[in-house]
Amino acid sequence: MTATAAYTTRLSRHSYSTLRSIQGPLLFVEKVSDARMSEAVRIVFPDGHEAAGEVLRIEGDTVLIQVIGDSRGLDMDHTEVVFTDSVKRAPLSPGVLNRTFGGSFQPLDGLPMFVPERWAPVSGFPLNPVARERPQEFIETGLSCIDGLNTLVKGQKLPIFSCAGLPSSAIVASVLAHARSGGVNVAGTGSGSVVVFVALGLAHHEYAFYRQTLERLQGDFVAFINLARDPVVERLLAPRFGLSVAEYLAFEQGRDVLVVITDMTNYCDALREVSTAREELPGRRGYPGYLYSDLASLYERAGRIKQRPGSVTLLPVVTMPEDDITHPIPDLTGYITEGQIVLSRELHQRGIFPPVDVLPSLSRLMQRGIGKGHTREDHRKIANALYMHYASGRDLRRLEAIVGRESMGDSDKRMLDFAEAFEREIVHQGDARRGIGETLDLSLALLQKFGLSA
Amino acid sequence: MSGRIIGISGPTVSVDLAGLKLYERVVVGEAGLMGEVVRLERGRAVVQVYENTRGLAIGEPVVGTGTQLTARLGPGLLRQMFDGLQRPLAAMHQSQGPFLLPGGTGAGTTAAMKLRFTPTKSRGDAIRVGESVGYVDEGAFRHPILAVDCEGTIDEIKDGEIGLEEAVAALTDGRRVFACHDWPVRLPRPYRRKLSRFEPLTTGQRCIDFLFPLARGGSAIFPGGFGTGKTLLEQSIAKFAEVDIVVYVGCGERGNEMAEMLDDFTVLSDPWSKRPLMERTIVVVNTSNMPVAAREASIYTAITMAEYYRDLGYNVLLLADSLSRWAEALREISAALEEMPGEEGYPTYLGSRMAEFFARAGVVETLDGRIGSLTVLLSISPPGGDFSEPVTQACLRNTGAFFMLDTSLAHRRHFPAINWFQSFSLYEADVVAQLDQQVAAEWGALRQRTRALLQREESLREVAEIVGTEGLQEADRLLMRTTARIRQTFLAQNAYTEDAFSTPAQTYQKIRQLLDEHQAASERLERGESPAHDAEVHPS
Ligand SMILES: Nc1ncnc2c1ncn2[C@@H]1O[C@H](COP(=O)(O)OP(=O)(O)OP(=O)(O)O)[C@@H](O)[C@H]1O
Ligand SMILES: [Mg+2]
Repeated sequence: MTATAAYTTRLSRHSYSTLRSIQGPLLFVEKVSDARMSEAVRIVFPDGHEAAGEVLRIEGDTVLIQVIGDSRGLDMDHTEVVFTDSVKRAPLSPGVLNRTFGGSFQPLDGLPMFVPERWAPVSGFPLNPVARERPQEFIETGLSCIDGLNTLVKGQKLPIFSCAGLPSSAIVASVLAHARSGGVNVAGTGSGSVVVFVALGLAHHEYAFYRQTLERLQGDFVAFINLARDPVVERLLAPRFGLSVAEYLAFEQGRDVLVVITDMTNYCDALREVSTAREELPGRRGYPGYLYSDLASLYERAGRIKQRPGSVTLLPVVTMPEDDITHPIPDLTGYITEGQIVLSRELHQRGIFPPVDVLPSLSRLMQRGIGKGHTREDHRKIANALYMHYASGRDLRRLEAIVGRESMGDSDKRMLDFAEAFEREIVHQGDARRGIGETLDLSLALLQKFGLSA
Repeated sequence: MSGRIIGISGPTVSVDLAGLKLYERVVVGEAGLMGEVVRLERGRAVVQVYENTRGLAIGEPVVGTGTQLTARLGPGLLRQMFDGLQRPLAAMHQSQGPFLLPGGTGAGTTAAMKLRFTPTKSRGDAIRVGESVGYVDEGAFRHPILAVDCEGTIDEIKDGEIGLEEAVAALTDGRRVFACHDWPVRLPRPYRRKLSRFEPLTTGQRCIDFLFPLARGGSAIFPGGFGTGKTLLEQSIAKFAEVDIVVYVGCGERGNEMAEMLDDFTVLSDPWSKRPLMERTIVVVNTSNMPVAAREASIYTAITMAEYYRDLGYNVLLLADSLSRWAEALREISAALEEMPGEEGYPTYLGSRMAEFFARAGVVETLDGRIGSLTVLLSISPPGGDFSEPVTQACLRNTGAFFMLDTSLAHRRHFPAINWFQSFSLYEADVVAQLDQQVAAEWGALRQRTRALLQREESLREVAEIVGTEGLQEADRLLMRTTARIRQTFLAQNAYTEDAFSTPAQTYQKIRQLLDEHQAASERLERGESPAHDAEVHPS
């Protein structure tokens, strides 16, 4: 934890032991002069160890502080709060590459902290909308259900809506291993691409799986790891560190950065927990009313900038509580991101991998990223035809459940078979990687087999 | 007058500055952030700060400006992109780089702009408040310069090149008429009277123009869950609507979609005037990651500019995407003020604020006797797609038209996903009568037939769910084939193709043809001829 304190720039030192109360991760400190909003503080415990904190609210000389990290062991008389006079910043340098950090940016890989080139406020600054470049460069993930029907482009934010127990981690691992852009591996050496991986509240076995995936990657990565047993408040900080690093690598170093954050549901729960401790008015399902703005402050950091190389593409994983897409977390996420990839429990149970339900899935930035010069001229037509016929096949399944297959007309039966074949042959692909050409050829062949035109 | 910051909470700060007025604009902190007084107590004022309060310190200075939050009105607004406080985004991009840094004012950027002023009054003429003294040409627009706040006799008047900040005329009593003036954004601009006339406003969207027509000076909302096509619908209407001026507000939404829109707008033309689309457009954008307090102000800044063009005698259309994000900003500020929350945590004045906003739409006779209109179209993003929530409900009490965007239609990729059973337009009767005259005498009759067919399809569909389409009567199967064609080729309109825009004449022709074919096929069926199995229809 001392690493946090060591790299916080300090212009003047104020230190106080005038605590009024301690409520979980929140401290009220009195008789403070000149505190700053969102100022970073250090909290020195009675036993001498330190934790970081942040100023949440100031009323006269009383300051409300949120402890980042574990607040166990604090007391009223021997705790000291040191004000740093600056907001929380992220250290930046190319030395960040291929390193693994904790949720407070402390190295977890046993190596010493790198020497920062400069520091940037972790919340970043909003990108001027007129400075944004329209995202339209195709990223080939190697998965037909994404590349063919829900195409991802550089600078997009496209979440995976998963359900508890579905293999979202295997899908992420597959994308990390296979994604290419302009013919080169997104996660390949010298390709100019970097993976920033942020783990939030993961169980140890999940983390171990991702760890292996990252180790097998050919190219550069940066990892921020907050596990289930780590402090909740660091869960709010880790994605901001990750995105600050991503913006730096993208817009200053010209790299194409793919940011994977998993699991954003744990982030939202951490936000709710902290908000409750702050005694804020709870909104839907207890989440704070500012959940939309807060999530947007993360997701909107994806993008591209005019006349600059580099891009930040965001692939967050969101686990839908109770498999419910109208739950506030997936709902507000969908309102911010540029589409969503929705996983289905039913497809998973039928052995389909990746179990992506293409009907509610959508990539809103697909239109400009496909077709001639991007993927293939016939891409749009094929995608539209697949989608339309699959949708009617799925509709007929409901009818089938009522009247039985026997009493259905031949054309209806044909559409039922098409839907089945689409799931088995296009959506399902197991461990194989498919190029976009292969995806489109397979799709075309399937349509032809059923006498359907693209 | 100056004071100090004594408290900071979220987007609000408390200051000890005495003598402030409610809604007065103040400059906060060493960084010079803009704010607005939202609450006064003895010895203390609470200020809503339009920028991130991060890094502000207790004891930093606060200065009152003596004015309210205003918008600068005059030539030079068209083609521009502003943030919620009317700061010019392109100029800020040039001066501070791609990221928005706190404290920038962006002021003075229009000061250098020169325009040609042509007087229509001369020395010795008397002028009244709101009367024009001359005009400048702004792109395709003749932009009258009005005497907004003075009347009297002209002593001196310019002719030729002027700077935007200069006076164009001086009165005998020494007062002057300027090309630009400032107007408090929360104060509706005055007019002589409101007119209750409803002329059609063509949007280019068949489903709207034919089934739920809009009127100039009216208002409409379209609520819908995420991905139901609100933004694309707003942007399509912004491109194709038959109006003079469009003010588009990106309120708390995505940066990438604004980039997309600006990209499109710079290459497209207005289908009515054939001039570049941006020449008639003003964009106000406060994306979801920009400060919430400025998001709250953005719709007022935008509607004030819209009213200004209305007062010049134009038909103006204001589109905002999304009003829910504005309401949420209001909720965040209210929570920081520790006000008593109402339904879903929104402040209890949510409904009255909205009613006031909707009331700024209308057709008016302006102070100098012109007729101008301001139409307001708002998207709403109900949580979970559930329309019983407070924002949708408050809007329903005020709006003239309601286009319900349906998640199940969107999942079938039927766009615009306007539900044809639940939506309504209160302008229907007035507008249809006029379209009967302007487009075709049977416009109204065709609507009735189309609606009846869709209604009948709905009940047949329920039967078909049980027996399958094969089990239906021949005539009913024919009807379902026709309605499927109506849905797929008439009500649906792909925003990415040529079909994105349809003139009233094209709309009429298309529906006329579909219904004629249905008629012919029905007659053949009655005569006992086997029905021609026309083009394959997808059973979606
Ligand atoms: N008229 C249309 N033609 C073709 N596609 C459309 C049309 N309208 C919407 N879509 C499709 O639906 C997607 C979502 O549309 P849009 O972004 O307008 O939704 P939205 O309601 O604004 O969602 P959100 O509330 O999340 O902002 C688009 O990216 C596009 O794929
Ligand atoms: Mg939208």
